[in-house]
Amino acid sequence: MSTEEKYLNCINCPMGCKIHVTLNADTIITISGNTCPRGEVYARQEIINPQRMLTTTVRIQGGMLQLLPVVSQSTLPKRLIFDCVKVLQGVQIKAPVKMGDVIVHNILNSGVDIIASRDVKEKST
Amino acid sequence: MIKQIYDVVIIGGGPAGLTAAYSAWKNGAKEILILERDWEVGGILQQCIHNGFGIHHFHEELTGPGYAQRCYELIKEKKEIEISCDTMVLKINADKIVTAVNPHNGIFHMQGRTIVLAMGCRERTRGAIQTPGYRPAGIYTAGAAQRMVNMEGYIPGKNIVILGSGDIGLIMARRMTLEGCRVQAVVEICPYSNGLTRNMVQCLYDYNIPLYLSHTIVAIHGKDRVKGITCAKVDAYKKPIPGTEFDIACDTVLLSVGLIPENELSSEAGITLDPITHGPIVNQHRETDIPGIFAAGNVVHVHDMVDFVSEEAEIAGKYAALKAQGRVTGGLADLKIRTDNDIGTCVPQHICIQKNNEIITLFIRVRRPMKHVQITVRNSEEVLSEKHMSAVRPSEMISVSVNSGNMKSRYEDWTVSIREGL
Repeated sequence: MSTEEKYLNCINCPMGCKIHVTLNADTIITISGNTCPRGEVYARQEIINPQRMLTTTVRIQGGMLQLLPVVSQSTLPKRLIFDCVKVLQGVQIKAPVKMGDVIVHNILNSGVDIIASRDVKEKST
Repeated sequence: MIKQIYDVVIIGGGPAGLTAAYSAWKNGAKEILILERDWEVGGILQQCIHNGFGIHHFHEELTGPGYAQRCYELIKEKKEIEISCDTMVLKINADKIVTAVNPHNGIFHMQGRTIVLAMGCRERTRGAIQTPGYRPAGIYTAGAAQRMVNMEGYIPGKNIVILGSGDIGLIMARRMTLEGCRVQAVVEICPYSNGLTRNMVQCLYDYNIPLYLSHTIVAIHGKDRVKGITCAKVDAYKKPIPGTEFDIACDTVLLSVGLIPENELSSEAGITLDPITHGPIVNQHRETDIPGIFAAGNVVHVHDMVDFVSEEAEIAGKYAALKAQGRVTGGLADLKIRTDNDIGTCVPQHICIQKNNEIITLFIRVRRPMKHVQITVRNSEEVLSEKHMSAVRPSEMISVSVNSGNMKSRYEDWTVSIREGL
């Protein structure tokens, strides 16, 4: 049986505990180095299914701005981040847009919508 | 139409100015004016497209533009609040007359019964850190690059070295990577990062971007365009150690080397600045040493969280409104706040003790990272407040509250101290 070791930096508070995780195949054997229970929860999540928020921009036509800032409505699997950015680089929408409008529904079948971070009004002519 | 006299004139429409306006309105001010130099309000938040804002103030995690919009939505329907965009303030004087210019009115003047300064801060530049070399294209402050990428739609370069590991530097390392650039390194002169652990993990480690602690850039190469940098290790006094130099090829250098409160208007008005925070010296109501001129947000001291900017602006807006309506009485005494060696800054710098009890919150920055600390606020006779924390860092502002009602002695100066290793 081969065991694997991983080191993580806990992000819950300024302590920034260095957490040591040992794994056998994909099963967590030990978690140490954390100084509070939140560290263990964080380490499990990071090892089993790391999640990240995504923020980027998409092109917008006819608006007061060239770019619309967008955000994932909840966290996405970390491994999908780059592919999601690629999808969003190809998106072009038309003004006006309201904060919270869905820009891409269920991106890459993740179950997560990409939404507008702010209003963008039509450019007054 | 700009009037001649307002209850409260607010200089700057970023999060501090918008929150101060809302707070002034809630506290009864009837004529409030915000002067903003950009074409829309929101300030620097509009280019900070990442999330993590608003958890304390709005109890919701928002992006920068989202936070700005929330602040704006609170005031946009209020007929008592007027917003003048594209308007640059040229001068403020001690009589609270404001001179401004915009395309519709030309140069014009108005007077505030009170004024709130909310001009924010600006980035330190290459000049401020004196890096040797020619002046090739490709050297930007991190914030300028952020504006290009997030608002204007072009990238400043493809092969990037970032100097400084503050949060803006870290956020830009991730942003440039997602835009298809290669971030070669983040170089930090301190032996520790100046950003949040979360940003270290999610902006650098996630993308395998190397961080060189206790290192700095000693030369920038290239005559027309940046071709690379020379990096060197520094000693305990932050001086480069000869023989430790190595080169990194790159076409762009981003500087994330600190922020300075923007106080040219304040200085010209005759307001006394704190040489350490570079912002006006204020009391707990955020009133400067010119009566009726208040200040809030990054113009007072650089914050790491916009939520704290809003908290401060609520105070400044409230007392500006009360003073404009003649609803403020004089204080009983003026107390200084002294700080011990490991405390870098403390805002407010002094307290105007009132007859009524108040909860007074001190915003503190430490000089070096410490673990298991006790922060104590006391006067010569009694302990006023104590706070234990598992870890503190210079980059994370600490708040400590004192209830003035619990004070036995109302005429003694305060001292803020910190003890480590408890």
